[in-house]
Amino acid sequence: MFKFIVRRVLQTIPVLIGVSILVFSLMHLVPGNPAQIMAGESAPKEQVENIEERLGLNDPLPVQYWNYISNAVQGDLGSSIRSGRDVTTEISGRFWVTVELAVYSTILSVFMGLIAGIVSATKQYTFTDVIIMIIALFGLSMPNFWLGLMLIQWFAIGTDLPSWVPFFDDTAWFKPSGWGSFEQIVLPVITLGTAGAAIVARMTRSSMLEVVGQDYIRTARAKGVKERVVIYRHALKNALIPVVTVVGLQFGTLLGGTVLTETVFAINGMGKLIIDSIQARDFPIVQGTILVVALLFVLVNLLVDITYRFLNKRIDLD
Amino acid sequence: MSTKTNSNENILEVNELKTSFFTDEMEVKAVDGVTFAIPKGKTVGLVGESGSGKSISSLSTLRLIERPGKIVGGEIKFKGENLLEKSEAQMRKIRGNEISMIFQEPMTSLNPTYTVGQQISEAYKIHENLGKKQAIERSIEMLKLVGIPSPEKRVNQYPHELSGGMRQRVMIAMALACNPELLIADEPTTALDVTIQAQILELIKDLQERLNMSVLLITHDLGVVAETCDYVAVMYCGKIVEFADVNTIFSNPKHPYTVGLLDSLPPHDRDIKDDLPVIRGSVPSPAEMPEGCRFAPRCPFASEVCKTLPTLETDENGNQIRCWIYSDKWDGDPEVKVHAKNTERTS
Repeated sequence: MFKFIVRRVLQTIPVLIGVSILVFSLMHLVPGNPAQIMAGESAPKEQVENIEERLGLNDPLPVQYWNYISNAVQGDLGSSIRSGRDVTTEISGRFWVTVELAVYSTILSVFMGLIAGIVSATKQYTFTDVIIMIIALFGLSMPNFWLGLMLIQWFAIGTDLPSWVPFFDDTAWFKPSGWGSFEQIVLPVITLGTAGAAIVARMTRSSMLEVVGQDYIRTARAKGVKERVVIYRHALKNALIPVVTVVGLQFGTLLGGTVLTETVFAINGMGKLIIDSIQARDFPIVQGTILVVALLFVLVNLLVDITYRFLNKRIDLD
Repeated sequence: MSTKTNSNENILEVNELKTSFFTDEMEVKAVDGVTFAIPKGKTVGLVGESGSGKSISSLSTLRLIERPGKIVGGEIKFKGENLLEKSEAQMRKIRGNEISMIFQEPMTSLNPTYTVGQQISEAYKIHENLGKKQAIERSIEMLKLVGIPSPEKRVNQYPHELSGGMRQRVMIAMALACNPELLIADEPTTALDVTIQAQILELIKDLQERLNMSVLLITHDLGVVAETCDYVAVMYCGKIVEFADVNTIFSNPKHPYTVGLLDSLPPHDRDIKDDLPVIRGSVPSPAEMPEGCRFAPRCPFASEVCKTLPTLETDENGNQIRCWIYSDKWDGDPEVKVHAKNTERTS
């Protein structure tokens, strides 16, 4: 197992180098001169050249890349064109917000999805199964910005039901914007986690159904194992293998895809930072954020592979 | 049933067992009134073509039939008690403890995510309340018993690290862990190559004597039957057509189907000059199951009376036969002689 992890970690190095090259090239592929933008449209030519010199934009590309990457590994991703502050500082303020949002949403989708999927599979073709799968279909097809707006309408602004309706007459339980307190976290996490929960539920269901038909499940039953143990010990561990892949990919997507949710709930996370920076052509920030997201993605994939290996001993790197 | 194996000597008695599978359109009677018994300490072979209901009969015995299948009638008496009247919790105490089962496919019958030791010791944990350490120790003993070399090492390995023969040995170790009184072996050697087959059969036979078990051996291989069984039940289309001791089956088979099966075996002591005899036609689909004798459409002796279903009759030796030829009502050729062409080779 230890050897496996070491090898797998080493394999991420070429991926990271590739990613950094891509991110670096981005800046040079898009039109527009960053120095010109920094100096302003009507700035004199000398001033632009001055900035170009300071940023090292006149050096050959490999030199620029080397400078960029050697600074990056030391935690220096340059400074923002707009605010002039360190990119690292700009990102670190937003980083944990997005990670928290993605982690909570993933936890929610795994928790809800697994339960729904297992119940659905064990009660295949029953009323319960049909209802769960219909809800999952809704969850999957709802655009999350719309879901977010609906949740704000219902549970932050509140419904306008007459006061004799018990419990639901005032449903402004949560806050519609910001990040930090429990009241602020609930709605965005539901918004972002719903689609994931639906995917996990459907995946778990089909995977469970496939596993439950396997010979080794019959062996377990013939051994006198309780049905509950058959499902949770013998079937689930095997059924989880494809689910882990989906959750891993899902989590990666969440990291870069929180932008809509962050916008709807006015959360200052990385998603919003990327969009704002792209609009402002603040390349160092865009570069830095993408690099951080890519790094996280690689890390998550690493975790997925290790979990995989733990679940299925047959998986070998070769 | 009144065979020479009278009922208090029988560990298992299956009477008129019926198991069906239900689709939207129809009921498929996979097992349609099966009756047989297993005497204590003996091996009964259940033979028949694919789809004759052998495996479903055995799964029904442990009540492991899953939807859309259902046991719809009959009784399964194990040590005098009807298993069909037991609760699920009582059945769990019997499964893997008093009646164990091994399956056809050793490659897929073990859970790929747990070690061999974890899987064997589970039986000890369930049925004998052993702790983890003791259970693993007992598992190592079992692995030793079924002839797995260096069991201390194997116990921590995963199924994919073992060969097919080894896995079947592990299955046997798991099945025999709690000293069951009855072992149901559902084609235990079909998926293995011939040399391993012989070893596994030898192992089962050896352990049977040592542990004084009864065995229900399901197979379509008559060679295996001749080697290992004391009694043979021949199944066709969900019904037992002949039940007799192994010598009678091979030396004096009575049912035309049994004769057909024996004739279609290639003789091993001489060259095959002509084509091998075959049973003409094929097993009828459930939708077009004949009203009368299930075998009549393929039977070379079929007559008018065969359009009604014969009953399973017991003769003076305790052997059973389901065929009109041996009854007073036989309306075909009175001189008809049903015998296998090459019986001498099995004697």
